[in-house]
Amino acid sequence: MGSSTHVSWFEEIGLHDRPHVGGKGGSLGELQRAGIAVPPGFVVRTQAFERFLAELERGSPMRARVQALHPEDLEALTACSKTLRARVEEAPLPADVLAAILSAHATLCRDEARTPVAVRSSATTEDAVDASFAGLQDTYLWVLGADQTLERVRSCWASLYSVESISYRLSHRMPEEGVAMAVVVQRMVDSRTAGVMFTRSPTTGDRSVVTIEGSWGLGSAVVGGEVTPDRWVVGKITGDISVREISEKAIQHVPAALRGGGTAAAAGGPASGAASAPAGGIEAVPVPQELRRAACLSDEEIQALRAVARSVERHYGRPQDIEWAIDRRTGGILLLQSRPETVWSAMKSRPAARPADNPLSHVMSIFGGRR
Amino acid sequence: MSSKPEAKGFPLPSSLTVLPGTERAQAAYPYFIQFTRADDDRFWFYNSMHFPEPMSAFDMVTAEAAYCALGSSNTRVHCLPTTLGIDHRIINGRVYIGGNAVTDPAEIARRTAEFQQRAFYYYEHWERLYAQWREKMLQLIRDAQALPRLELPEFEPLEHVRAGRGIASNHWLLDTYQKTLEGYFRMWHHHFEFLLLGYGAYMTFFAFCKQAFPEIGEQTVARMVAGIEAEIFRPDEEVRRLARRAVELGVEGQFRDGIPAAAIIASLERAGPPGREWLRELEASRDPWFNVNVGDGFYHYHRSWNDDLSMPFAAIPGYVGRVKAGESLQRDHAKLKTEREQLIADYRELLATEEERAAYDQMIQLAHRVFPYVEGHKFYCEHWYTNLFFNKIREFGALLAGHGFFLAAEDVFQLNHYELESAIIDLMTSWSNGSPPRGPQHWPRIVAERRAALAAWAKHDTPPALGPVPDVIDDPAIVMLWGITRESLDAWLAVGREASSNELKGFAASSGVVEGPARVVKSVEEISRIEKGDILVCQITNPTWAPLFQKISAAVSDIGGSMSHMAIVAREFGLPAVVGTGSATTRIKDGQRIRVDGGRGIVTILQ
Repeated sequence: MGSSTHVSWFEEIGLHDRPHVGGKGGSLGELQRAGIAVPPGFVVRTQAFERFLAELERGSPMRARVQALHPEDLEALTACSKTLRARVEEAPLPADVLAAILSAHATLCRDEARTPVAVRSSATTEDAVDASFAGLQDTYLWVLGADQTLERVRSCWASLYSVESISYRLSHRMPEEGVAMAVVVQRMVDSRTAGVMFTRSPTTGDRSVVTIEGSWGLGSAVVGGEVTPDRWVVGKITGDISVREISEKAIQHVPAALRGGGTAAAAGGPASGAASAPAGGIEAVPVPQELRRAACLSDEEIQALRAVARSVERHYGRPQDIEWAIDRRTGGILLLQSRPETVWSAMKSRPAARPADNPLSHVMSIFGGRR
Repeated sequence: MSSKPEAKGFPLPSSLTVLPGTERAQAAYPYFIQFTRADDDRFWFYNSMHFPEPMSAFDMVTAEAAYCALGSSNTRVHCLPTTLGIDHRIINGRVYIGGNAVTDPAEIARRTAEFQQRAFYYYEHWERLYAQWREKMLQLIRDAQALPRLELPEFEPLEHVRAGRGIASNHWLLDTYQKTLEGYFRMWHHHFEFLLLGYGAYMTFFAFCKQAFPEIGEQTVARMVAGIEAEIFRPDEEVRRLARRAVELGVEGQFRDGIPAAAIIASLERAGPPGREWLRELEASRDPWFNVNVGDGFYHYHRSWNDDLSMPFAAIPGYVGRVKAGESLQRDHAKLKTEREQLIADYRELLATEEERAAYDQMIQLAHRVFPYVEGHKFYCEHWYTNLFFNKIREFGALLAGHGFFLAAEDVFQLNHYELESAIIDLMTSWSNGSPPRGPQHWPRIVAERRAALAAWAKHDTPPALGPVPDVIDDPAIVMLWGITRESLDAWLAVGREASSNELKGFAASSGVVEGPARVVKSVEEISRIEKGDILVCQITNPTWAPLFQKISAAVSDIGGSMSHMAIVAREFGLPAVVGTGSATTRIKDGQRIRVDGGRGIVTILQ
């Protein structure tokens, strides 16, 4: 495959490469190295963005213009954002960056123009919450061909200069110097069923269970909250399924292969409504009546997901929040993302018990009465 | 949902009436266990776990002896800080019990100091004390086995005269009866010597697991501490061994469904050396492993495998088929042990801190230390000894029936144990003075009356609890032994409202989901109706039912917790099971299709 300073394949990177491949890219690389199946792909590294930015700076300043803004001056901020975004989206790419991306894309898609990819921003901030507030969570699904891919990579870069992103940086006094963005380009899985899972209970924080949520079609419907997913709680160690909630699943996201077009399905945003653009993108369609109340996963698949969840958590050594998909063609499980669970992990919980000088004194919790 | 539970409490004891026409049968129970007005101030619950059916007058001895021993262990020996013993009452043959809580903080503190000296000593020296316990228990069993046969010869044997024995045969009746009774009361002291401490150590670990893993199943914690070579598995292992030996000896063709055990034994005796060799193997298994009752051992009619070989023999054809299919049928102890260790290690790894792991290690070590007793004592106490006891009483029944006191030996169980002593003395007197005994005119009418009362009581529902609902149940004995909590009481109060639902909730005992036809089995005599793939629905099971589990696809019981026999055996066989549903045998009709979700503890009636 071969890589450059501008592009890295997943198998070449891990979490420690985060400063140059971002959180998403680093995590996908880490998963692949740990032997967990992820759809193949590459990361357009921050160096590619920086190389491009240097080119742009040579024309007229970018970073200095942002730093000169006042966070309250919304009018100037909006005008600046518009100008900078347009430059990122339209200025010619440096030849070496262009060549690196095109070459990697060709390898990934085996030179087939119809091979769909997902293009997703991969922020370098330490904290996922930061990235979320800064609007750096773009995901473009079912992107077809090299031209669309390049366009979507630029869209991801350009989001650094969105109004919300700029104002977040200004109000948090973040220096423009360190601002960079990596972009993940990954083969797209046409999933029969997809969803998320947590390696603990979101309601009790219990680490001995895995909570799985899934629905028909692409995972964007679940992540975006457009459908009430089926839900299972399964014993992480025992495999006992203690909760099965099968919901009415009215819609599903599918590739808009015939009519859609490069729809931005940013997490939380609507994915439909781009009916007449060129090929590509996804759309929401009704789920066939007979599947609406049917479980979208078999018990075997639940057990297989549990096994994957366990090995991912083991690999990272802490509870994870995972996006998964089941390939419509092969039936295999693929992971699209794994990040550390933050809600329960951030809580300071009282230990269930502390070791006692006299181990027998533990029984007083039963015999000693209520305190 | 906002309605306060005190608005609905349970009926007061004084509002219960003895069923008309059964007053004299009710009066057969001792005065100190009859309800009085003073009992209205306390909370009582029906002990349907141990006494699911009305108790005959004699069988009440079990409640008397057991609560006497349980109470002394709690109150006087180990000095449990927050509880004394259990009071019991009986009405319409149903046993109600109530805890005697200690609530004064100063008294709790005083008892805590005592408890820590006493209970901690037991925990520290558990292995030695438990080894000693087994010796004591085996000695008690040997003593019971050595009691003389009951004989009243016309003339005292000449050798007794020549030996200058000086005591006539009638005296040995009283001596033997009193020793029989004394042994039973003593056995219950042994039974409770470790029980609360053992359960307490287990509950300590359980409570920790629930705190650390709020969604952990009770059956998972049970699997972490369960023994591998516990006595509870032995009777079934012996039946498997006998099936294997039958194949090895080439006599397996003798075991076919529907042939009575006696006929099989007779034909094996005629089958030459291999048949006789198998019968020797049978004898080796019977003593002691077939001393298991087909019930919990609290009723005289729960007979043992040794009394009725039909249960173990019914299982042999199925096991023979599996042996011939190449299965070893042997439980792989090493593998089970490895799995248990892995389970413990896996949960340990999930704990958040090293501190929690250290506490986990301490607690599971103690749970493992106490568990052999928790699992093992029932075989020696409730099964082996109880069986010897009731059979000895049965001998008295046969003797008295032979002298016209009863129509049948089994009638003896309609007398309470004080009355039985009087009947024995009546016989002793009559044998000595040559006059006819008075019993034949006295007892048959009373026995008939009591049998009729038992039948009437069995058809009559009784409230699950009586009296004011306590705000909190803080009595470790009641929580541990009966699983009664404030939440379970609220559920009982709600029962009337849920009766129309087609769902039953119980303890999740062994995970898995299975659908199939329900076979509602109310007594052991009915087990022959069970066919492959049926779901067993019964009140309660015990070790003698284990061989049945090879046929069924799931199991449901009215009574029992996650450490109950059904739960343990179902996990062993990998079958879904829900235990302690309260009402499965009354709400599920024989032949109905049901779904058993053993992981969630839910049984659904599908049609």
